[in-house]
Amino acid sequence: MIGIIDYGMGNLFSVSKALQHMDIPHVVSASPSELQTCKGLLLPGVGAFPDAMKSLEASGMKDFLLHQVNQGVPLLGICLGMQLLFEESAEGKGAAGLALLPGRVVRFTGQDVLGNRYKVPHMGWNDLTFYQRNDVLTQSITGGYVYFVHSYYVETMDPSIVIASARYETEVPAIVGKGNVYGTQFHPEKSATTGMAILGNFCNFIMKKEECLYGTIHNLSSY
Amino acid sequence: MLTKRIIPCLDVREGRVVKGIQFGNIRDAGDPVQLAKLYDEQGADELVFLDISATNEGRKTMLEVVRQVAATLTIPFTVGGGIASIADMRAILRAGADKVSLNSAAVRNPELIREGARYFGSQCMVVAIDAKYKRASNSWNVYTHGGREESEWNVIDWAQHVQRLGAGELLLTSMDQDGEKSGFDLPLLEAIQQKVYLPVIASGGAGRGEHFVQVFQRNLADAALAASIFHYKETSITNVKQMLKQSGVHVR
Repeated sequence: MIGIIDYGMGNLFSVSKALQHMDIPHVVSASPSELQTCKGLLLPGVGAFPDAMKSLEASGMKDFLLHQVNQGVPLLGICLGMQLLFEESAEGKGAAGLALLPGRVVRFTGQDVLGNRYKVPHMGWNDLTFYQRNDVLTQSITGGYVYFVHSYYVETMDPSIVIASARYETEVPAIVGKGNVYGTQFHPEKSATTGMAILGNFCNFIMKKEECLYGTIHNLSSY
Repeated sequence: MLTKRIIPCLDVREGRVVKGIQFGNIRDAGDPVQLAKLYDEQGADELVFLDISATNEGRKTMLEVVRQVAATLTIPFTVGGGIASIADMRAILRAGADKVSLNSAAVRNPELIREGARYFGSQCMVVAIDAKYKRASNSWNVYTHGGREESEWNVIDWAQHVQRLGAGELLLTSMDQDGEKSGFDLPLLEAIQQKVYLPVIASGGAGRGEHFVQVFQRNLADAALAASIFHYKETSITNVKQMLKQSGVHVR
């Protein structure tokens, strides 16, 4: 069972539907006790970083997540959910994150090195440059476009955690991960075939870890 | 590299797609869910649904349509038409839409954009602008209520204002070009492009694949929307994308 964390920030419906398409058992819940037995966790989210952290803290979800990750439970953050994995964000008045990965979240400046303005948010389908091809999330993915919509992005001093990136005036970490903690800046649940394959990879990783066969992800081919 | 997006638009009234639609291979051409699926399969980058229901009953039906569409699509979609409050936005987003599009209600109460952006994030706040050229002032004015009412806003001023309020994207429809099939309104798009730093969806005037090439080669929009040319099979998304690729425009 995979747990989708509901902390009042965004569109859980599409993530849940994506898993449903792939016949992956999952539960959407705002309660740590309900998510206790999940073998993998998904942290979606859109909206503002400080509000999201407040909500995670108030519900006890922050402590729960840190504890589960420490126990080896795989975690995948999506979009804002990925940003929350890092140490801090400059969004709003600034806020500390979960600090599971090294780096900070900053806003696109909207101005290139020559002083020309560019558009924020980074919105639409962009392609990925892969640094780690056979990682958990990137297995069997050879390319393709994925859907981004965000105004903030991650800056990290540790290149080893950047599995793939996209180019939008600057280098935008698109898939990050270390150990059992992963994140995608784009929305895999909105990224057609490529996105479904990435979500499928994460679920496979959990299943393998669980050493238990839930049945195959046979619906993947229908995308 | 970020690609240019092609966005089919579906007008939905009382839960059914309106405007005759000619797809040979679907039996129930008026079903928004089936059409959405077909466009997804053809390579649409996003979809826009415009609810033109006249009744409250129709609006409730729209929520059910949104739920079903969300369960089917693997690409993002926007829902607009009659959204006038935070509660309306919440209902549509909770039903599974990725973005909401505001038009008349935003002109009447611009704070709605700021509030929406605060609650749901700028990324899901699309502001739809219906623009009509005014010879006397050599500029464009904003119209509301499906183009029936002229507002006091100049299009450029309004676009800059909604940008400040937290809009995430503009859906810019040229009322002058709409239905003409002679191409997008390039002067209007150019004027916006010089003054506004939000993603812009060009709308109104698409009649042939070349029209998409024109607007994207000159980088006058980030996405282009069309309804009838796709509905009536005058061209397909696949063909348009092929043509764009051959012209050196990056598409998915």
